[in-house]
Amino acid sequence: MKHIRVGGEDFDTGTCLQELEALGGGGVASFTGIVRGGNGLISMRLDHYPAMTEAQIGKIVDEACARWPLLGVTVIHRVGELHPGDRIVFVGTASAHRGAALESCAFLIDWLKTSAPFWKKEHFEDGHSDWVEARAEDDTALERWK
Amino acid sequence: MQLSILYFAWVREAIGNDGEAIDHPGDDATVADVIAALSARGGGYAQAFADMTRVRAALDHAFVPFETPIGKAAELALFPPVTGG
Repeated sequence: MKHIRVGGEDFDTGTCLQELEALGGGGVASFTGIVRGGNGLISMRLDHYPAMTEAQIGKIVDEACARWPLLGVTVIHRVGELHPGDRIVFVGTASAHRGAALESCAFLIDWLKTSAPFWKKEHFEDGHSDWVEARAEDDTALERWK
Repeated sequence: MQLSILYFAWVREAIGNDGEAIDHPGDDATVADVIAALSARGGGYAQAFADMTRVRAALDHAFVPFETPIGKAAELALFPPVTGG
């Protein structure tokens, strides 16, 4: 099962996990990304490149399936306006054993952060807004998968 | 033949437009050649492409280095490094 969704609507983490748990494997791993509050953040806007986004996530998912014996992969990424505490992204993997599920989940989120065409703009209480800068740590995180 | 160019995030804001079509520069022209021509327009274009270490490109929906020839591609997208996830 490969399930990829990009859109504005929220998702139910429990439902996502149950779908993966029903695939007959011995382990399900997941990562949920949440909008971090603090520093006067009011909201965040996620833009993306619609024609490229799902195709690019599909390539990343295919790569994970080539590296690990996965029974299922779910990737959900929200776009549009989000607020502190909102879910942004979900990555879930199911496999026969925990190692493949945990490693592929980490691989997928590391690649999503550096290879899927999304951009975040943060809006703050004092009225200013900034595009989030790419982080060198995200590129470093990728190195372990090469 | 035309080449569609799309701009995202602060590249879009600097240029003040989310995209445009230009006359296709020919198969041998590179992404860097197209960016140089856009940058030569000055204003927001020059500002958007002033520091190319902060710009990335995709040709027909695949990331490419700047020295890539445009070839038969129909769509070039220019944007900052991605910040999703």
